[in-house]
Amino acid sequence: MSAKEGTQHPISVYLWIWFLLFVLSTFSYMVDYLHVQGLLRWTLIIVFMLLKAGLIVAVFMHMKWERLALKLAILVPPLCLLVLIGLMAIEGDYTFLTRSVAFTP
Amino acid sequence: MAVDSMTGSMESAALADGMPGVVSDFAADKQAFAVPWGKAMMWIFLLSDTFIFTCFLTSYMHVRISTTVPWPNPSEVFALEIGGAHIPLVLIAIMTFILISSSGTMAMAVNYGYRRNRGRTAALMLITAAFGTTFVGMQAFEWTKLIVEEGIRPWGNPLGAAQFGSAFFMITGFHGLHVSAGVIYLTVVALKVWRGDYERAGNYEIVEITGLYWHFVDLVWVFIFAFFYLW
Repeated sequence: MSAKEGTQHPISVYLWIWFLLFVLSTFSYMVDYLHVQGLLRWTLIIVFMLLKAGLIVAVFMHMKWERLALKLAILVPPLCLLVLIGLMAIEGDYTFLTRSVAFTP
Repeated sequence: MAVDSMTGSMESAALADGMPGVVSDFAADKQAFAVPWGKAMMWIFLLSDTFIFTCFLTSYMHVRISTTVPWPNPSEVFALEIGGAHIPLVLIAIMTFILISSSGTMAMAVNYGYRRNRGRTAALMLITAAFGTTFVGMQAFEWTKLIVEEGIRPWGNPLGAAQFGSAFFMITGFHGLHVSAGVIYLTVVALKVWRGDYERAGNYEIVEITGLYWHFVDLVWVFIFAFFYLW
């Protein structure tokens, strides 16, 4: 099944995605090179990161052509990690405040 | 997927009771995903690896939020002097491009694998492995520079927050280990492709599975690049 699907994509699809990844990487490097700061910096970094990750998973890892069952089984569980990240961000802020009060050098 | 001889006998016989029933219920050939088992297993391994790397990045986020000492500026820490010019983060940028190039050659190797082009598949996989080796070499250079010249240690550094070193060595070290393992994996499979093992078996699925692993290594780097180096 996959063998048939695999032969359907022309090489140009991969070359095109490859080119996009290069462009996106250049953009994210330019964010640092041009010293973009603050909210704009973080927004741009995350947008370029998610676009690159999306292209790699969807096209290079063939997720786009998989059945929905596999897509859900692989892509939904990582969403739990957002809870961990949220909790640790709150906890980190709390630790920072506590340290600022108790251990200011 | 070929139907296993087990499946035939399982379907005809009534479901067993007791412990043999438990064993057959869990271990019998039941297929959820319409992909070869190797591919499904690689995806599940990569899912577990996603959790590991997210745990690392989350702990890095936590120590960076919670420290009261200023965080060293990665843009300056990883800057290089090239031909007298001071270029920020240039080594990391080159490493990023190398890894993306390797992902591109790997994607083409998978494509040629399905076209049953033995020579091109093996050659592209070896090129991918060569890019990976270059990446690890540059990482070794980066580590040496940080340890020897900048005096950065896992327990402290002269630039700022002590957690910088531990987070850096932990995250990039684990990623570098993945790249190194990937280079070995790629080389082994490429040589088997070259030798014609999969030609005889009539199945190039392993090339795609190796490709999944390699693209994942690139994927992790995208996140490390964004959160550790650019943030």
